Order: sequence, then structure tokens, then C-alpha cells
Amino acid sequence: MKGSVIKYERDNIDTDVILPGPYLKIHDYAELATHAMEGLDKDFHKRVKPGDFIVAGKNFGCGSSREHAPIALSYSGIKAVLALSFARIFYRNAVDGAFLLPIEIDESAYKDISDSDSLEVNISANEIRNLTKNKVYKMKPFPDLIGKIVEAGGLFNYKP
Amino acid sequence: MLNITEKILARASGKKEVSPGDVVFVNVDKVMVHDVSGPGVLAVFEKLRKKGMTIDKVWDPERVWVAEDHFVPAADKISAQNIVLLTNFTKQFGIKKHFKYGMGQYGICHTLSHEEAMVLPGEVYVGGDSHTNTTGALGAFAAGLGHTDVAYVLLNGKIWFKVPETLFFKLNGKLPDHVMAKDLILKIIGDIGTDGAAYKTMQFGGTGVSEMSVESRLTLTNMTTEAGAKSGIVEPDQKIREYLAARGITRYDEVHGDADAQYEKVYEYEGSEMEPIVAKPFSPENTVVARDLSSVELDKAYIGSCTGAKLEDLEAAAKILKGRTVKIRTEVLPAAMSIFRKAMDGGLLKIFLDAGVVVGPPTCGACCGAHMGVLAKDEICISTTNRNFPGRMGHIESQTYLASPLVAAASAVTGKITDPRDLK
Repeated sequence: MKGSVIKYERDNIDTDVILPGPYLKIHDYAELATHAMEGLDKDFHKRVKPGDFIVAGKNFGCGSSREHAPIALSYSGIKAVLALSFARIFYRNAVDGAFLLPIEIDESAYKDISDSDSLEVNISANEIRNLTKNKVYKMKPFPDLIGKIVEAGGLFNYKP
Repeated sequence: MLNITEKILARASGKKEVSPGDVVFVNVDKVMVHDVSGPGVLAVFEKLRKKGMTIDKVWDPERVWVAEDHFVPAADKISAQNIVLLTNFTKQFGIKKHFKYGMGQYGICHTLSHEEAMVLPGEVYVGGDSHTNTTGALGAFAAGLGHTDVAYVLLNGKIWFKVPETLFFKLNGKLPDHVMAKDLILKIIGDIGTDGAAYKTMQFGGTGVSEMSVESRLTLTNMTTEAGAKSGIVEPDQKIREYLAARGITRYDEVHGDADAQYEKVYEYEGSEMEPIVAKPFSPENTVVARDLSSVELDKAYIGSCTGAKLEDLEAAAKILKGRTVKIRTEVLPAAMSIFRKAMDGGLLKIFLDAGVVVGPPTCGACCGAHMGVLAKDEICISTTNRNFPGRMGHIESQTYLASPLVAAASAVTGKITDPRDLK
């Protein structure tokens, strides 16, 4: 996976800003995408390109259980969110629904990656290559079951 | 040496024992969807059908129940249509427990879960809503899930969980009269942060919790979500048995932790030292004592939601509002029709109306910024709800202060954030 970075240098990016409450009644995935990140960054939908990555701090996706949040990001083109940590429901929604990859990175990678950097993510090697800065970071490997669900392409494709 | 959560998950996964970190598929006892997650689940079903899957039944319609709460009364054409989708779903799949707006008992899903005893001690309960944790106060493992996971449960009757570490919060002694469970849980979230219990279980115990009403315990478990917790739980006791017996339920299989149960960490709080607490915008962890905010001028007070509109929450607000009038616009929305009725029978509605308060129907409404009384730009609200993220209750530049019903009602009277002890 290759793409460029949209970086939000903040912790606790919650589901209310990723996809605000009034849009919870919408279940058309393409329409949800037009409201992605609306509570934090009104220009997100103009800026995002297919294959982009979001980079953020700790506890990304905290708050509500709305699957609308990873759906809106996914249908905007986001392939992975690289964060210091994730809230639990966002994490499992992203993985079980196969909407995007929640990738945990460490503090040094988080600090080093800049907005608009070009990255290449290699899941099987647990590696993130910063093509702009010519650097390599380690990602935290997926736990066993998560890795299998990711590989299967979501919970419904996974056979326990 | 297993705690209650480990024991419930071991039993539900058919294992003798489990340890924190183990990933297990557990059999689910009860599952809930509402008017937001229900249509979301149906969208997942559609996606699966397009891939060739046949979906014409759920694993056990008796174990599924449905609430209408986020966008009722229907806020607009889309939300009206979502209720139709939900109705067609329950008809098609033979789901009888559908609490419909305008047909007797209905209300916020988490409130119905205990008011109607939809979940019993020892059970594994999942719901398509993050505050599903609430029902853990009855001694069940209760956790929120998204649409794909709930769809999986509806078709397979099971789901994976990583067995959580448990943080134990021990309350020594009763809370003073001017302090509510809401103050305690805000204090705890302020202490450990909004990711302080991420992926973990928050268990509550100690003499202070034993003496607490069931509704107060439900306030504690409800807001474990705001600390990032997977679930919140209290060991079932005589109070829970009486609560369930009052609802005609006496048969269930209680689970209790071993005497030497292990916890990752134990936090202790002294009841007598607790004070009214308020969480400032824009995070539930942004807590201070209410008295430090006495200069904050307000536009509105909101007494509603699964967190802060149970019967005792309304009783607390009424205690303050009796014989007084509000200085700012104030709304009370009982969390379920059964509570609305008890508030009527107990004379609370008259107290609210005499005070100038508007009483509305049960709904998640403005708590999640959906509809009915959302905030304008720069408006400041004191609320008995659970979250105050940017834009949570309306305009992105509005502000919400989270507080107990006592503090919210006292603040409604003065128009400023007010500790109930300071009310003249």
C-alpha cells in the first residue's frame, strides 16, 4: 500500500468529529464519505485521495460505536490509520468490516512522519517506509486473530 | 482466582478458565440494535447478500431485542424511513421484543435493558451502541459493538473478545447526600483519562457501592465507556435480586468472582471525601469540582439520556427544583416511558412544569446532537449526559459541561454552574 499522509497531531480524535451525530441516520456509504472528519477538518473531503493514510496520536476513534466512522474514512479513500493507539470499538469495526487497517506506530515514527509525506506500508514485514524521508519504521504487528481476520478480508470471510 | 468477568467469559466460551489477553469466541445470550445500529446492520446484510449469502433468519429471535431511541420522534424523512426499516426487519425475522415509539413502553435502549430486565446476571450481552456497558451493573458482561460485529452475532450467536484486564474501583463508605454516582464516575474518568481503561473492564465494589441503589450503579457502568473500557461490571447482590424480582424475574445463573480474584489494579475512593464534579468542554476527563466553575454562565440545562434521566436522576432534579423556577431554558427527558409514568405518579412532572421546565419524550435526542434541542454556536449547556466532545450536542462551537442531575438542576435555577450546597 502506497499513499500520502494526512496528519492530525492530536490525541483522542473521537467518532463525533470523524462522523458527526446528525449523519448517523445515513447508511449510504458514499454519502457518509462526504462528511468524513467534518467536525475537525472541513477541507478533508477536498484534500483526501484514494490510498491516503491518516496519521494521529493516541486513542484514535474514541467515543461511540458508530461503524459510520471507519466507513466514512474508508469510502473517502483512506486505506489505513496510523496512530499511537486506538479505541477498541473503532479498531474492531475497522478490522471486522475490512474498511481500513488500524496500524499502531510508536512515538518516534509518529513524530517523524510529516503531513504529505509519501509512505509505503508493508503488513507482512510489519514495516512502514517513508519514501519522502527515506526512512523505515516498525509497525506493531497485528495480534494473531486480528492478523487472520485482516488476511481473510473481514470477520465474515474468516473461518474460526 | 478468576474475577467475575473472566468467569462469565470462560463459561460462555466453554472453557474452564481464561486469562486476560486470551482471545475467545463466546456464545452470546442477548443482543440489541436500535434505530441507528439496526439499519447499519441491515446495510451489512445487503452487502453480504450481494456477495451471494442467503440471509433469511437470525440465530435466535428470542434473544434479539430492538429499541427506537436516537431519532425518535422521527426527526426527518430519513429517520422516519429508518424506523420503517427496523419494523420490517423485526416482522420479517420474527423478533417480538421491539419497543416502539408511541406504543406503550419504549425508551433509550440502555434504560430498557434494565427497566425491562432484558439482560440477566451472568449473561453475555452485546449491543450496537457504545454505552451497552451500562447493563453490566446487573452482573452481566455487557459490551458495545459495531454493525459488522452485531450482524455476525445475529447470524452466528457468537463473537470474539479479547479477555480484558480488570481495574477494580473500590468505594469506601457512602457518598454524601449532595454527591451522586455521576460525580464519582466523572472523578474516576478525570483521574485515569479517556483511555485510562482502554480495552479493560472497570469493576465497582466496596461498601459504598453495596449501599448504592441499582440505578446509581448503572450510572457508574454507563460511563465506563468514556474511560475507553470494554465493559463495566458490579457483582450481583440482594439489591439486584430485588430489582429483578420486582420485574417478575427470579431465575438466572449468577456468576461471582473467586475470593482470591485477580485485578490488574485497585483504586480506592473515600465516599465522605467526594464532591460534586463537572467535566468541562471538550472531554469527559476534563474534570474539576463544581465550585471552581461558579462563574460560568449558562444558556441551557439538559436532564436526559441513559446516563442522567433514570427515576432517581429525575427525583434528584425535582428535589432541587421544587418551589423554585429556572433561570435558563431547561429540558427534562425521562429515559423511558416507565420512568415517565413513575415521574407522573410521584408528582415530579408537576414540580418540573411549575419550575418552568419543558418535559419531553424519551429520546437520545440532543445528547448525541441528533435533534430536539441541539445547541447553537457559542451556546453553553450543563448536561446530565455522558460526552462533551466538540459538536456533540449541536454546533461545533457550542459547549457542554457534564454534571450530575443535582448540579444540573441547581445550575438551572441560578443560570450559572452551581454546587447544590450553595443554592439559597
